[in-house]
Amino acid sequence: MTKKNIIPFGPQHPVLPEPIHLDLVTEDEKVIEAVPSIGFIHRGLEKLVDIKDFQDFVHIAERVCGICSYMHGMSYCQTIEQIMNIQVPERGLWLRTIWSEFSRIHSHLLWLGLAADAMGFESLFMHTWRLREYILDIIEMTTGGRVIFGASKVGGTRMDINSETLSYIIKRLKEIEPEFKEATSVFINDYSIQHRLRGVGVLSKKEVYELGAVGPVAKASGLSSDARKYGYAMYSKIDFEPIVEEDGDCFARCSIRVKEIFQSIDIIRQCASQICDGEVSVNVKGFPTGELFTRVEQPRGEVIYYVRANGTKFLERFRVRTPTFANIPPMVKALQGCQIADVPNIVLTIDPCISCTER
Amino acid sequence: MRKSLVFTFTKTIGRNFFKKPATLMYPFKKREFYPATRGRIFNSIEQCIFCGLCSRKCPTNAITVTKESREFYLRSLQCIVCGSCVEACPKKCLIMENQYSSFVVKNTEGVYHYKQDESKAAEQA
Amino acid sequence: MDKQEFIQIEHNSLLEKVYNFSQDGYRLVQIHCTLLDTGFELNYSFDKDNKFVNLRIIIDKDQEILSISNIYWSAFLYENEISNLFGVKIKNIVIDFNGALYQNSKKAPFAEPKPASEKKE
Repeated sequence: MTKKNIIPFGPQHPVLPEPIHLDLVTEDEKVIEAVPSIGFIHRGLEKLVDIKDFQDFVHIAERVCGICSYMHGMSYCQTIEQIMNIQVPERGLWLRTIWSEFSRIHSHLLWLGLAADAMGFESLFMHTWRLREYILDIIEMTTGGRVIFGASKVGGTRMDINSETLSYIIKRLKEIEPEFKEATSVFINDYSIQHRLRGVGVLSKKEVYELGAVGPVAKASGLSSDARKYGYAMYSKIDFEPIVEEDGDCFARCSIRVKEIFQSIDIIRQCASQICDGEVSVNVKGFPTGELFTRVEQPRGEVIYYVRANGTKFLERFRVRTPTFANIPPMVKALQGCQIADVPNIVLTIDPCISCTER
Repeated sequence: MRKSLVFTFTKTIGRNFFKKPATLMYPFKKREFYPATRGRIFNSIEQCIFCGLCSRKCPTNAITVTKESREFYLRSLQCIVCGSCVEACPKKCLIMENQYSSFVVKNTEGVYHYKQDESKAAEQA
Repeated sequence: MDKQEFIQIEHNSLLEKVYNFSQDGYRLVQIHCTLLDTGFELNYSFDKDNKFVNLRIIIDKDQEILSISNIYWSAFLYENEISNLFGVKIKNIVIDFNGALYQNSKKAPFAEPKPASEKKE
């Protein structure tokens, strides 16, 4: 009979970019149960709709998360537009698609860097973050911000990308793609990474569905769940297939993200070839009424936006269900039965973004 | 596909010995910002008509405009550099600069204060 | 999202309805709570192949409801969040944080009504 120990993990831990606490119940080296607790950085952003105008609230929605900031702002605008029946000009929608894919690339590169760091592959971490800088430069060139784009507003986008910049972006993507290939192929092919990730934290397809997993966690287990397929913004005109892996382990979750980077580059190319001229935004008159859910595919998975408005300039209720919130239960399940040395990897492969989980 | 399982990173590391560093040697070489970079707000106060549209549009209430004394305050620590005021300005005297505001050491600092000359005011009136 | 169904049900038939959904192969998308003038409104969203269904219950301020986390295990986080932020009493949560999921200084911060001055506008 082995003795049970409780080992605290986090909120401060070298692999964690953000605070999450886990109580790991262990038997020898084996974790038999994990109890998560979050709540160190709760900001109460949802309650701010009481005092902020629904148009100003875009700025707060963008600050829900620091990494997928643009997607949050965009999803919020999209929800308000649908509720008010605003038809956003086509060019605005194309720009939104382009920026959300850039946002995805930058988020995945950031995650790959953090994952490399967690595995102890310091130099790979530095290389992925160097590559991420290229993407951030493009983002800064087009929107003016590096991480908080500030490019969305209710009714369209706030800035336009002119055709020279657009062709420069495509040229630049062609230049940097081989560098991406070189760095990311290490994640797929390296022996030590495979040794560290293969067969660790396996989740079956049935489990991820029942636990409500979204995004790369679900896709890694063979569940093709991609909100982009529902065709918001301009995704209905783009030819792509959600990337799905069958293994359900940490390695599958890692390789999903690697492949999604190249898929996003491809989507940006498609957007650039199909984009049309015209206005990028329309004026918004009146106040929203009604209630609506929308979902958008973020780098970490599907996000749910709920808005209820009563015809005044303040919304009645605003709710975000962020992808990490849905991915914490699968993470806890994946931790059961793993080795204590694998805990950092499993926690990291769900791509935890705690600030947006707690809002 | 898996040609070499070991030493996948050697090529990259080898090349790094001969490449320039990816970072900038900061104090000697400063970063060049893009024209679109949102750095800080500048008010060319001579053209300002003190309509107060910018302070009403500001989502963080970082701008105070007083028409009587012809003054303009911008609290740069509150400002999120969203550019709403620049878009709203009817005289286009608010300008988005692509340099960031200078650092401050106290939270009471960082207030940009502009005051229009009395003579200019008389001219405009 | 194309279709969004809202089904209003009584709070005592909640578990039965949720169990039916779990048998039909729906996944739990989210649970959220809204403050009403006299009580709370809870929305349970389910999804199956882009079919989005909401179960909606309306309860009084101090009414106790049963947790659905025995049916959908992943519901425990949402329920803890609701009991933390709104002070709704939820019984039998699988992992119960006793209203301390978030470390806020104020109890049930989201259950406070809107500031009166803004409400008029």
